[in-house]
Order: sequence, then structure tokens, then C-alpha cells
Amino acid sequence: MSTQDTVISVAAALVQVALIVVGAPYLTGLMRQVRARIEGRAGPGVGQPVRDLRKLLHKEATRPEGTSVVFIAAPLILMASSIFLAAVIPFVSTVAAVGGVSDLFAVVAILLLGTVSLALAGLDTGTAFGGIGASREVTIIALVEPTILLAIFALSVRVGSSDLTDIVAGTLASPAQVLSPASLLAAVAFAVVIIAEAGRLPVDNPSTHLELTMVHEAMVLEYSGRDLAMVELAASMRLALLLGLGVNLFAPWGVATSLTPLALLLGVVMLIVKVALVGVALAVFEVFMAKLRLFRVPELLAGSLLFALLAVVASYFLT
Amino acid sequence: MTLIGAGLTMAAAGALLGALAITLVPQRMRPVAGGLVTAVVGIGGVIAGVGGLSGTVLAGAAWTRIAPGLLPLGDARLSVDALSGVFLLLVGGVAIAAGIYGIGYTTEAAHHENPAGSRTTQATVPLFVASMLFVPASGSVTTLLVVWELMALTSLVLVLTEHRLRPSVRDAGLWYAGMTHAGLVAIMTGLVVFAAGAGGETFDALREGAAGMSPAQRSTVFVLILIGFGAKAGLVPLHVWLPRAHPEAPSHVSALMSAAMVALGIYGLIRVGFDLLGGGPRWWGLLVLAIGAVSALFGVLQASVATDLKRLLAYSTTENVGLMAIGIGAAGVFASDGNRALAGVLMAAAVLHALNHAAFKTLLFLGAGSVLRSTGLRNLDALGGLVRRMPFTTALFGIGALGAAALPPGNGFVSEWVLLQGLIHSVSVGVSTDPIVAASIPVAVGVVALTAGLGVATFVKAFGVGFLAQPRSTAAANANESPLPMRLGMGLAAASCAVLAVAPAAVGGSLDRVLDVLPAVRDTAPLADSAVTLRLAGIQGSMSPLLIALGLGLAAVLVVGVTRRIAGRAPRRVVGVWANGGPERNSRQELTATSFAEPLTRVFDDVLRPEQDIDVTQYAESAYLIESVTYRQRVPDRLEAAMYPPLLATVEAWGRWSRRLANGRVHHYLAYGFIGLLGALVFVAVTT
Repeated sequence: MSTQDTVISVAAALVQVALIVVGAPYLTGLMRQVRARIEGRAGPGVGQPVRDLRKLLHKEATRPEGTSVVFIAAPLILMASSIFLAAVIPFVSTVAAVGGVSDLFAVVAILLLGTVSLALAGLDTGTAFGGIGASREVTIIALVEPTILLAIFALSVRVGSSDLTDIVAGTLASPAQVLSPASLLAAVAFAVVIIAEAGRLPVDNPSTHLELTMVHEAMVLEYSGRDLAMVELAASMRLALLLGLGVNLFAPWGVATSLTPLALLLGVVMLIVKVALVGVALAVFEVFMAKLRLFRVPELLAGSLLFALLAVVASYFLT
Repeated sequence: MTLIGAGLTMAAAGALLGALAITLVPQRMRPVAGGLVTAVVGIGGVIAGVGGLSGTVLAGAAWTRIAPGLLPLGDARLSVDALSGVFLLLVGGVAIAAGIYGIGYTTEAAHHENPAGSRTTQATVPLFVASMLFVPASGSVTTLLVVWELMALTSLVLVLTEHRLRPSVRDAGLWYAGMTHAGLVAIMTGLVVFAAGAGGETFDALREGAAGMSPAQRSTVFVLILIGFGAKAGLVPLHVWLPRAHPEAPSHVSALMSAAMVALGIYGLIRVGFDLLGGGPRWWGLLVLAIGAVSALFGVLQASVATDLKRLLAYSTTENVGLMAIGIGAAGVFASDGNRALAGVLMAAAVLHALNHAAFKTLLFLGAGSVLRSTGLRNLDALGGLVRRMPFTTALFGIGALGAAALPPGNGFVSEWVLLQGLIHSVSVGVSTDPIVAASIPVAVGVVALTAGLGVATFVKAFGVGFLAQPRSTAAANANESPLPMRLGMGLAAASCAVLAVAPAAVGGSLDRVLDVLPAVRDTAPLADSAVTLRLAGIQGSMSPLLIALGLGLAAVLVVGVTRRIAGRAPRRVVGVWANGGPERNSRQELTATSFAEPLTRVFDDVLRPEQDIDVTQYAESAYLIESVTYRQRVPDRLEAAMYPPLLATVEAWGRWSRRLANGRVHHYLAYGFIGLLGALVFVAVTT
């Protein structure tokens, strides 16, 4: 790789980060607005999450008595992991500046790192709410993990690598593979995973503040000011990352395979369009969904695990 | 004198002279003497290990020393190659950390009597370490069995250290003694059959003779040594001693047992199964894979609901040994299919995981020991809030927990990644779409994944409930930070975790040399091209732990910078927490380890079948007024409850029945002897 290419691919990674950081709150806003309209409300507008963030950033931050450095560090780790992932996942271009950072197992594990830091912060507050949120969250991720890893397995079979750039480039090279049974089954499993990881209905309700139903909200109850802004922004970013990851695994069209400015521009535009479409679809889907009781969630996740297992077996026999 | 010779001499002489010195020095000098001697023995092990791993040893040609007539009926024979070297290094490293830690740990503790400082215990620790070091260094069946038994006996003495304080220690000792000797019988029988079939008892003779043995004989040997070494490694269903003995031993001994001794079971399996026997049919691999998968799942499931910190760590050991067995088993399957590139990667993953596990498990057990020494508590339900009283221990325990939870940038993630890479490339690298592989490998990946998920839950619980939040007992509220030697021991273990986490390629070359010893699974050097980035031979895909760690760090710096710029850096105002409408927070409202794991207990209640009692006491005046409610939950080991009582009952009935033979009449005994001799003669006459 020439120096110029390295510079461009680093620039592409920075563009991805900027796009996710700026775009994620608007994506959340868009999804809330769609939901509001379908429910017959006027809605606060697409820009409301951004206004919320600006407000929170300038409010005084508080710290519950008796909390340790973990409480302060958790939003930081959550944000850092999201920004790192925004840089390394091939959203816009499959030409990576450095190798060895975009392996799908590593990506999933870094997402998990963010979740874990928040769960620890929930426990650190020493309140029943924080603890219950953390306990529920780790139960869900423990059950989601097998599905993710098996879905990665199924997807890696067709290109012989679990590196995201290889998977995306492989799908771009032979698009018919997307319609293979293994890929379709993996897509279903991955969809459930995205819903569970992002804390959307029916696994978790992002707009609830009812103690019986909270998972994510219970963990972050004690945050305020700039810390809460970081948590909120990171949550939006994680949703955008997961949706972007999903569309690029199963419909990577538009992702640049070369480093020409036009291809990169097309990549950016296509990413925005695809993620917005999937986000709207998810919002519409959520309108018709009720939250599952916590102890029914394992059944949903076991179902998705079955899909992932079938996807792997199908990739052995039906290629 | 070579490094190996120097190291082993240092270990042996250090242990024998040191043990003598420890018994002679006055009591107040004993902790320092004990710790230093153990550390010196450990350094000897590390030197020998480096010697074994370094390039001066030619591939295949091992360092050998023979001491004729040292053992009854045979020579003591030592032989060290790269495979021995890596385990010498592992045991030695753990011993250095545990030894230095022991200097602080064995001094008088504030809250309770501390028998770990007794003369017997102090003198036995270096002997235990030395006997562990000679297991990978031994080069013949007799030598191996003698040091194996020495290791078992010395560790048994150490497990029983606190027998005066708790009756459960005696129970644990009995279980441990029973299981380790049952394992010894299996290993001894297996190796005797092997030596008889191969026509010699040195490892060289076994290696040469193995090819000429019948498949049935080879398989008998393999199954027997799998049982024996599996019992030491803590594989299900022979794990039952582990969650008893490891928690009851003094904590630096727990670290030695759980991080180092258990790995020697894995060493035995690799040495005999893949080196001496030279690999075998595919069902060997599938058997090990299946046992590994069950161990990993069962171990992590029990750990995720455990409330005793050291018991949690012991079950986590079963989990991690299960992961190593998955790697070894899958390596066996692919080696027998002729797919040696993949087999090499999987075997490297197993050995790397043994190293990683040794590093983080040492750290975690030492951390648990610091908590135990300072509070007298192992029960997570009663801990909490240690982060303020013991910040150093908490931070180090956090590093260990990050490794054990297999999250980047921890060290456990690296070896699990290599293991997963080996497993998922079973389709694309080989062309084998054999139904058995197609059925077993996805299940194995699923097991590794579920283990990873539950492992995260386990260590969020151990760290979050045990060290964060508010103290739930006065002992936890009055905890004090550990003395310097203990912090130093933990710091050493944490440093090795950090090195293995960001620079696993540093051990890549050594792993390649280890695989040179195993021609049955070796194709090319599996980690040969690794530098900053981990690359696996024959597999597309790479991962760079260092770049990931740096990237995360850079992102964190960026976030701090930007937030400070936008939002300012005004200090956070300390406020009260939302106490559910009450006046103030009460530590009784916090989640305990039991309540934290409650959703998992409920999800997996078919497997765990917890026992719950609720006692409601009413006031005498009215049945509607409740005075108190007591809730108790216990999650017993269901495998143990299902398998062991019938087995023990059978053994006992057999023992009772055979007691009738010993009726005290001398002429009966003479008749037994005569009948036995007659039987032997008839057997010889018929078979020859």
C-alpha cells in the first residue's frame, strides 16, 4: 500500500467516525419521529436527540456518593469502544489502513466490552436499580453471544475468513451468495442479535422508565450532565453501528473497494441511505411489538440460536 | 552446564535445602524464608523452561540426564524438550508470583488464625513446586509416576493446612486424596500397559514402540491416561475435587494448584496422547472434544451462579481446562483427517490458553486471597465496597477478570480467538465436509460462545458485586489493603497478563517449537508470521491485540479531550442516590451475588436445579403478621449428586463384602494364597 493510499484510508476511517458520531443521534431522532407519526403524534422532530445532547453537555454533572472510578470511566469506555468500532468496521471502504483490527470476533468482543463497562457502573452505584439492570443485561448478552459467534461462523465460511473486510469484499465480488440458505438463515439470526444488543423492542424498551421493564435505562439511571450525554450518544452510536454492520454484511452494495474519491463518496451516501432505511423499518416494526417479559426473552434468543446453528450446518452442506 | 541443567538443579537443591532451612529458622523469619525459597525454586523452573524453549535445543533432540539407581527398580531419567519447556516456564512463573505473595500472606492475619504460616505448610510449598517442575521434566514412566505422586502428596498436605479451622477442609482433603489416587491408578495402569506393549519404559522407547502396538492396546492406553490426567486437570465428571480443594487451600496454594498443577494434566494428555502415542484414530479427538465441551459449559454455568469467590474461580478453572480440551480434541480430529495445518493452530491455541489461564487465574486467586486475608470472607454476598478500602487489589483483580472474561484487551481473548479461528476454518481450509465434523464443530463453536457469554456474566458478578458498590458486612467495610509482598506478587501476575494480552506473538516462536515436538499435529509453524499482528498459518484473517488496545486508548483520549473542550472540566457534584423513594440508600437494597445471578439461575434451572427454601415466621398473635422471612438458595453440583453417591455406595458395599474374607483365621489366609498361586499358574499355562 502506498503512502497516499494509507493517508486516504485513514481519512476514510475518520470520515466513518465523523459520520457515525454526527449521524447516530439523527438516526435515533428519525426512528422516534417515524414511531411518533405512526402512533398519531406530531413528534419532536428528527433533531431532538441532538438538542438533548447539547443541553446535557452544558448541564452540571453529578456523581452519586460512594461511587468509584468505575462509574466515571464507564461512559468513557463505552464511547471509546464505539468510536474505535466506527473507525474499523468497513462501512465506507473495504481498504483498511491497518490490518488485524477488523476481525468480526474482535468487533463483537469490543461491543461487549462497552456493555460490560456499563453493567459494572450500574453495580457500582450500589442501588437496586443499577444492580437489576446490570444483572438483566449480562443475562441477555450471555445468551446472545452464542448466536453472534455462530452467525459469524456461517458468514465466514463462504469467504474463508472472519475478517469483516474480507467478508464484505467477498460478498461484493459474488453477490449471489447473499441468497444462499446459509446467508439468509444467518441474516435472521443476526437481526435478532442486533435487536437484543441495541436494546430495542421486544427485548428492551428504550423509552421505558418503569422499573419492571428497564434494562439499559436502569443501569444508567444515576448519570447526569456530560456523563449522561456520553451514554446517550454512545447508545445511539451502537445502534447505528449495529445497523450499519448488519446492512454491510448482507447488502454491502455501495461500499468502496478502491480509494477513489467518487467511490468513497458513493460509499458514504449509500451507507446513510441504507442505515436510514433499515432504521425506519425497525421503527415501524417496533410500533407493532410489545416488550417481551424478561423470562420470555431467552426463548426468542434460543430461536435465533437455532437459526444460526442451521446457518452453519447449511453452509457445510448447501454451498 | 546448560540452562536446563542449571535451572533444574537450582529447583531441586533450592527446594530440599530451602525446606530444611524453613524448618530451622525462627517463626518470625519463616514467611520471608518460605516465600523466597519458593520464588527461587520458581526461578529455577523458569530458567529450565527458557532453556527448553530456546533454539539451542535442536528439534526433536531433547536434553536428557540419567541418574542410575536413584529410584527403586529403575533409573531416574530426566528429559526436557520444548513441550516440557513451556510447562516448566508456566509452573515456574506461577511459583514466583505465589512465592513472593506468600511472604505477606503467611504472616499473622488480623481477623483470624493463619495456619498458612505453620512450619509444615511453609516447608511443603517449595517441595510441591519442585515436584510439579519435575513432572514435565521427567523422561521415563517410573520417574513420571514418582514425581506425580510426590506432587499429589505435597499438595494434599497443603490442602489440609487449615483443617483445624473448618471441618469442610477435612472433607475436601478426603475427596482430593480419593480422586487424585484414583487418577494415579488410571495413569499407572495406562502407562504400564503402554510400557509392556512398547517394550521399554523410557519415553524414547515408548515413542518407538508405540507404532508397533495393536490399535486396541493403544486405545486402552489412551482412555486410561485420559481418565488419569483428566482427573488432575479437573475435566467433568472427574472435577468434583476441584471446587472443594481449591477453595479450602491457602490462597497462594490455590493459585499454584489451579493455575499450574491443573495445567500439568493437560501436559500429560498432550505428552502421552500426541507425542508418545503419536496421535490416534479420530474418535480419540472426538472423545476429548466432547469431554472438553461438557466441562467448559458445566464449569462456567456453576461459576456463574456460585457465591463463594474461590469456588467460583475453581469452577472457572474447569471451564478453562474444558476450552483447552476442546482445542486438543479438535486438533486430534483434524490431525487424524490429515489436516495438520488446522490441527497445529488448534494445539497452539490450547497451549496458549494454558499460559493465559495460568496468568489470570494466579492473579485472581491471589486477589481472592487478599480479600480473604483482609476480611475473612469468601462469600460474595457479604463483600462489596472493597474498591475504596483495597484499591490496588481491586484494580489488579479487574485486570485478571478482564482476562478471564475473554474480553479485549485482556489476555484470555487472544487464545479464545485463536481457538475459534481454528474451529471455524474447518470447512474452508480442509475439504472435509464429513457429517461428524459438520455436526461437532458448530456445536463446539456454540459451546465456546456460550462459555464466553456466561464467563462475562460470571466475572461481572465477581468484580462488580464483590469489589464495587457498598460493603454488605462490617468485615468488608473495615477491609485493609494488603502488605507490599502480596501486592508485588499480584503485580507480577498482572504484568504477565498484560504482556500476553498485547504481545502474544512474543510466545509465537516458542509455540512453534512446542509443536515441533508433536509431528502428528504439526505442519507448518502456526504462528510463524506473527509480529504485532497475530497471523495463523493456512488461515486467512488476522488480529492485532496491540493495535486494538492502542486504538481503544486513542479513542478514549479523544473522547476525554473533546468532552472537556465542549462541556468543561467542572468537578462532578456529589449527590445522594435514588433510594427507591426511601430516605437513604441501604446496603441491604443492593444486589447480592445470588440475586445478580437469579435470572441465569432461572434460565438454566433445568440443568442447575437450585434448592430454595423460604421460611416465613409469623407472630404468635396473628398468622397475618409476618415477623421474618428467610430465603436460602443452594446450587449443588448436579453431576456430582447424580454420579458419585451410587458409585461410593457400590464401593462401600464391595468393601463390606470383602471384609468377610478377612476373618482373622490364618489357615484361610494361607488357602487364599494357595488358590491365588494356582490361578496364576493355570492362567500362565493357558495363555502360553
